[in-house]
Amino acid sequence: MRQCRQCAAPAAIHMRQHRLAFCAAHFPAWVVKQTSRTIRSHRMFGHSERVLVAVSGGKDSLALWDVLLELGYQADGLYIDLGIDAGDAYSATSRHKAAAFAAARPDTRLIIVDIAACYGETLAEVARRKRDIQRPCAICGLIKRHEMNRVTLEEGYPVLATGHNLDDEAATLLGNVLYWQSGYLRRQWPVLPADETGLARKVKPFHRFYERETAAYALIRGIDYIHAECPHAVGASSIAHKQTLNQMEHAKPGTKMQFYINFLRAKKEGLFVPFEDEQITLNTCAQCGQSTTAEARCTFCRLWEV
Amino acid sequence: MNVVYREQSWQFDKPVKVTTLLRRIDVLPESVLVVRNGQLVAEDQTLEPDDEVKIVDVISGG
Ligand code: SF4
Ligand SMILES: [Zn+2]
Ligand SMILES: [Zn+2]
Repeated sequence: MRQCRQCAAPAAIHMRQHRLAFCAAHFPAWVVKQTSRTIRSHRMFGHSERVLVAVSGGKDSLALWDVLLELGYQADGLYIDLGIDAGDAYSATSRHKAAAFAAARPDTRLIIVDIAACYGETLAEVARRKRDIQRPCAICGLIKRHEMNRVTLEEGYPVLATGHNLDDEAATLLGNVLYWQSGYLRRQWPVLPADETGLARKVKPFHRFYERETAAYALIRGIDYIHAECPHAVGASSIAHKQTLNQMEHAKPGTKMQFYINFLRAKKEGLFVPFEDEQITLNTCAQCGQSTTAEARCTFCRLWEV
Repeated sequence: MNVVYREQSWQFDKPVKVTTLLRRIDVLPESVLVVRNGQLVAEDQTLEPDDEVKIVDVISGG
């Protein structure tokens, strides 16, 4: 029987790509240590900096928040309530999970942005008005990006951390490669620096963990997260890409990791023109002040024009 | 042994290895975690007839 690397007890998780197994008592410490390494090696943030964690109520973001607190960072949470409810109260439930996590940790703070309260419409309502009810994900992404950036800057956090894991990144990479999205390929990186145009620094401290590992961490640590998927995720290409990658991983352990990590290495070695060198003209949105490629008002602000 | 995954459940009355169980119900070990009597177990372990087994999806999307 496979044994824990540290104590020889029966393994709770075996990571075939690393040839490494741990029992439930020793696995969380490994996750915490690896995260700390990733943060340092990519110079994501330092101990004197306050970190804002984008939390969805799911396993990755809550696990990340937990790990950052374990590491002694001043990490707070940001939850964006899009009012998603296709009969399953998805937003209400996930918001409740995030709030319960924060309530059990008095040293931390959860900022909640209620989109309907701030802008007058839920995601479904905007999507209906924009005749995009089938796949509101593009609008959802736009709202989340804008609001995360806004709150990070307004509340004075130097950095925003998201819970993206290796499966998320590899699935995005696969999608970008399948359609040769050169712009996205140039931008895909675990650290996006802040810039003078008003974009906050964004980091992905979990980008080296498989999704199974962040889920195992959450389960072992007793983190109560939302298991249900957003109702709009059904049929998402990212899920199909993850399944394809997992089939390849099953046939040859480590495939998924090599695909993504070697992409990062190839980029470092100059496979792509760095996105910093791209010549794009950015303007300042007349309404919200965030940078935009649009002439006057950004896509987010125009979303609410009736 | 009672095995629960998503909305479905299965009964097994003989000991079975986690990998064998997952193959039988056609689930990739890469996309799930297996919890036996509330404890996470690695795929090479054997589940006993009186175990309560829960399979947890790990893939999320959107
Ligand atoms: S699945 Fe689509 S609508 Fe749901 S949270 Fe993700 S991006 Fe938003
Ligand atoms: Zn151990
Ligand atoms: Zn704007």
